[in-house]
Amino acid sequence: MDLLVNPTESSLLRFTTAGSVDDGKSTLIGRLLYDSKSIFEDQLLAVEESSKRRGDEHVNLALLTDGLRAEREQGITIDVAYRYFATPKRKFIIADTPGHIQYTRNMVTGASTADLAIILVDARHGVVEQTRRHTFLASLLRIEQIVLAINKMDLVEFSEARYNEILADFEQFRGSLENKVNVTVIPMSALNGDNVVDRSANMPWFTGKPLLEHLESVQVHVGESEGTARFPVQWVIRPQSDEYHDFRGFAGRVASGTFKVGDEVTAYPAGMNTRITGIHTLEGAKEEAIPSLSYSITLANEIDISRGDLITKADEPPQHSPHIDAMICWFTEKPLKPRGKFYLRHTTRTVRASVPDLLYKVNISTMERVPGPTEFGLNDIGCIRLRCASPLFFDPYNTNRTTGSFILVDEQTNNTVAAGMILRAVGDESIKSTDEFAI
Amino acid sequence: MSSSITHLQYLESEAIYILRETAAQFGKPAMLFSGGKDSIVMAWLARKAFHPAHLPFPLLHIDTGHNFPEAIEYRDWFVKEVKATLVVGSVQKSIDEGRAVEEKGHNASRNKLQTVTLLDTIEQHEFDACLGGGRRDEEKARAKERFFSHRDEFGQWDPKNQRPELWNIFNGRKNFGEHFRVFPLSNWTEMDVWQYIRQENIPLPNLYFSHQRRVIERHGQFLDAETGFVQLLDEEKSRIKEMTVRFRTVGDATCTGAVLSDASTIDDVVAEVAAARQTERGTRADDRRSETAMEDRKKEGYF
Repeated sequence: MDLLVNPTESSLLRFTTAGSVDDGKSTLIGRLLYDSKSIFEDQLLAVEESSKRRGDEHVNLALLTDGLRAEREQGITIDVAYRYFATPKRKFIIADTPGHIQYTRNMVTGASTADLAIILVDARHGVVEQTRRHTFLASLLRIEQIVLAINKMDLVEFSEARYNEILADFEQFRGSLENKVNVTVIPMSALNGDNVVDRSANMPWFTGKPLLEHLESVQVHVGESEGTARFPVQWVIRPQSDEYHDFRGFAGRVASGTFKVGDEVTAYPAGMNTRITGIHTLEGAKEEAIPSLSYSITLANEIDISRGDLITKADEPPQHSPHIDAMICWFTEKPLKPRGKFYLRHTTRTVRASVPDLLYKVNISTMERVPGPTEFGLNDIGCIRLRCASPLFFDPYNTNRTTGSFILVDEQTNNTVAAGMILRAVGDESIKSTDEFAI
Repeated sequence: MSSSITHLQYLESEAIYILRETAAQFGKPAMLFSGGKDSIVMAWLARKAFHPAHLPFPLLHIDTGHNFPEAIEYRDWFVKEVKATLVVGSVQKSIDEGRAVEEKGHNASRNKLQTVTLLDTIEQHEFDACLGGGRRDEEKARAKERFFSHRDEFGQWDPKNQRPELWNIFNGRKNFGEHFRVFPLSNWTEMDVWQYIRQENIPLPNLYFSHQRRVIERHGQFLDAETGFVQLLDEEKSRIKEMTVRFRTVGDATCTGAVLSDASTIDDVVAEVAAARQTERGTRADDRRSETAMEDRKKEGYF
């Protein structure tokens, strides 16, 4: 295989993997790396030696991703592990997240940066509670594409009937979801390599693409370039040199949309209008700033703008309010209680925030709402109300993953204790409540 | 992410984002700089992040005293070129002051001692964040590393109790005396680094390209016999050979193995990396000490 990926052509796909314990996630990743020749001899040798020491029958490809001592000892994945591989067509970043119920927070973490989620199902067990949880989380985090990987087909004699049964189960469950998710179903055996990289001769009845081919060709359009233009300011560049005496560049990464030189823009929270006079990089000035890339922008008027401010096109204002309702996933043992106080980090902005009300929890297996919770425990997901010390300038998470997301930081421990997705400003009922699970 | 940008554009922008977050969130950051390719790429990206201003932090070199002269020459040239400030933490000084004890024997290395010097230097200068060129693809413990990696007041890493990182929101809050290690190249692979060096035409120390060097073979690796830092066994002294080699990684001369290579240009190197069947850290004696050597060192405060 030609591994000389052409950097001027190859794009990047970020995906996450989820499954129950023993569904064969790590084996699948090991297989992708192994069959795409992304595993090096010394890595394989080390894994072979460890497998032998542990008395494993096969080379245990899971050991490739389970890097920490405790993981190798217990044969589990504790934390999100990032893995990388490339084919001549694409580069891939995998977030491998553990399937244990207590590690929901890791799945949420891995999903937050993913364009695609692979959800593994054991062909013998079919759609189980974990499958529903993972699908729910993937859609909650607004992952665009889902691959339902029906693994261990070798253990059900590569049966098409079993495949159809699982498919029917999943379709029924999917029908109960309110929003559409793009799902691609692939039967496979990660252990033996069926339908991972190469088409399986054992399942001639399956006419779809093997996994890798699907990953190489699947289109992800986060829609950022068509979206409203958003530029959170990270840092103000003031060179203090003679050559750039009056230079005042607002540095940041375009969250969505496109900015052009000459565009009328508004800076928040000041709410002042001005015009883009320059889009700068070390390589020189650019005519436009496109999503995901980093620039520094100069503006026509002397406006007081600093880190945490948001620049948008003048005719595309963000929503703003100090009171918001949001879906959160709670990350720590210490429970969230009403009146809790936190630092809220939203784009490059940090504000103090308190939680006056816990609105409801979501049972992520049945997707039922449980109203009136007294607290949120580790891995709980649900809706809360937040009151911020100053207004947030945001878009609902539904429409913008960058300007619609936030984290909560504990004031005492400084730990990140929650991931949040903004639903709406309080009092704004224009968004129907049925949309809020975003499934 | 938009599919209209290349993976290198994405990685570059992500690294610039992290560099700017570091400058914005910390009071006194520093950038670890060894003259190795990863730190060179990181510093190159820092120029982009803050242009037309100078780097808003000093470069910090933890000097084992066992350097390849080419790496030091490059370091000094680069510092001048980007008008940066250089801070050097000396392992020799740590040894002289009794803060660190030199390893004994022919496999002796100052690799582990760097941790002492690094932590002392961080404390002395009150750095609250150290930017490092570590990549998750390098090693299995590094694969679990965060972009913003918390260190307690003893500089220790607790891999089982890390802050989750979501979207592109990074939490650098800490208590007095604690610090962060920040890794802007987390998502880069060795191949990405080389492709980027080629795309950007970044000058490198000539150690990375094929050259004639006197080496000895030990445990299947070619160790430098030119600088005199590797302690040779008597029987090894007669086995010194001049070979055509290059280095895939450049660290302390005592634990960085060379590979036989004719790759004399950046294109040759990219082709060689693409065809390589060994990881670059396969040439690092420091990782070979045990299955979890990197995790163990990182917990103590290593890079």
